Amino acid sequence: MLARSALRTARSAGAAARNATSRTATRPASTSSSTAEEAASAWKTTALGSGATVFAVGSVAWYYHLYGRNVDAMTPAEEGLHPTQYPWEHQKWFKTFDHQALRRGFLVYREVCASCHSLSRIPYRSLVGNIMTVDEAKALAEENEYDTEPNDVGDIEKRPGKLSDYLPAPYKNDEAARAANNGALPPDLSLITKARHGGCDYIFSLLTGYPEEPPAGAVVPEGLNFNPYFPGTGIAMARVLYDDLVEYEDGTKATSSQMAKDVVEFLNWSAEPEMDERKKMGWKVLAVTSVLFALSVWVKRYKWAPIKTRKIVYSPPKQKSILDQLPKPDKKS
Amino acid sequence: MPGISSSLYNIFLRRNTVMLGTVFAAAFGLQLAFDAGSDRIWDAINKGRQWKDIKHRYVEAPEEE
Repeated sequence: MLARSALRTARSAGAAARNATSRTATRPASTSSSTAEEAASAWKTTALGSGATVFAVGSVAWYYHLYGRNVDAMTPAEEGLHPTQYPWEHQKWFKTFDHQALRRGFLVYREVCASCHSLSRIPYRSLVGNIMTVDEAKALAEENEYDTEPNDVGDIEKRPGKLSDYLPAPYKNDEAARAANNGALPPDLSLITKARHGGCDYIFSLLTGYPEEPPAGAVVPEGLNFNPYFPGTGIAMARVLYDDLVEYEDGTKATSSQMAKDVVEFLNWSAEPEMDERKKMGWKVLAVTSVLFALSVWVKRYKWAPIKTRKIVYSPPKQKSILDQLPKPDKKS
Repeated sequence: MPGISSSLYNIFLRRNTVMLGTVFAAAFGLQLAFDAGSDRIWDAINKGRQWKDIKHRYVEAPEEE
């Protein structure tokens, strides 16, 4: 803003200087005043104008040098490659998740991701009616053991899981996870699509973006893998999705991009299980407010109709012409 | 037409208490209809994508036993 206004003043100052010089230059020679004095004043005007222009341009350049340029705290490699934007069907304003894909994605999570990543905010009960039936969810819950309440002597025993339990984490705590993964903490995936810039696009690109080998010149530290989409390009997670890694029950071919797409949709569901309600409510709000808006437009026009259609007429008072007051010439003479 | 509208007016809107009842009943009914209608539109747009559309593949038939 300031830079722009400074630029404008510079331009107008330059224009003013140009006018001044041209005015002195085109002064007609016929007015034979002292030419030496005139030359001196012309030189002064030119110098003043040029000086002002140089000062204005210089201050704008200095300001731009200080504040105008992009400020990047990191190099592009440290920022990570921007993910491709994919046309996710479930992100349209009126579309829900493809629940068949959610089911496939949950399978991918369980068979691939769950060995390192927890999904600790998802209870078994929220899978019911979205991804699996009650019986399937109960059977899945009972595969894991959970702590009971302390019994009479204060011991905590183990019991099979119930629908109200949350999905078990692969590690006891973050320290155990770091120790098992070379110091890197696998993040919890419950809210991961909300927690990363680029959301679904980023996770899909990350999962499918591992090159066969790092490009020439890329420095990959020991124990890390190269992925251009990961900020810093060195990621502790190796490529996990290979074709036909899992077998889908619905016969979908398990290519690595298919698995990545399914698991991303599933993770989007786990981050936003309320998405359907949110979208429905949004459409209802739009419908109701558009009716109310139309009503208010109608009321406004109704109330304003007499004001808009009235006609203001000015009828000037009758004025006698001054000629009428003059004595009429006598017709006879 | 004017006969019908004036008799409607006399029945539903003439007395204040009756008009209040009319307003509340109409609000209740319209809300029900609006919600049901919007849900139906949602289901039509998302046909085949929701759990209730694919549920039948995974619910085991109860009559086996």
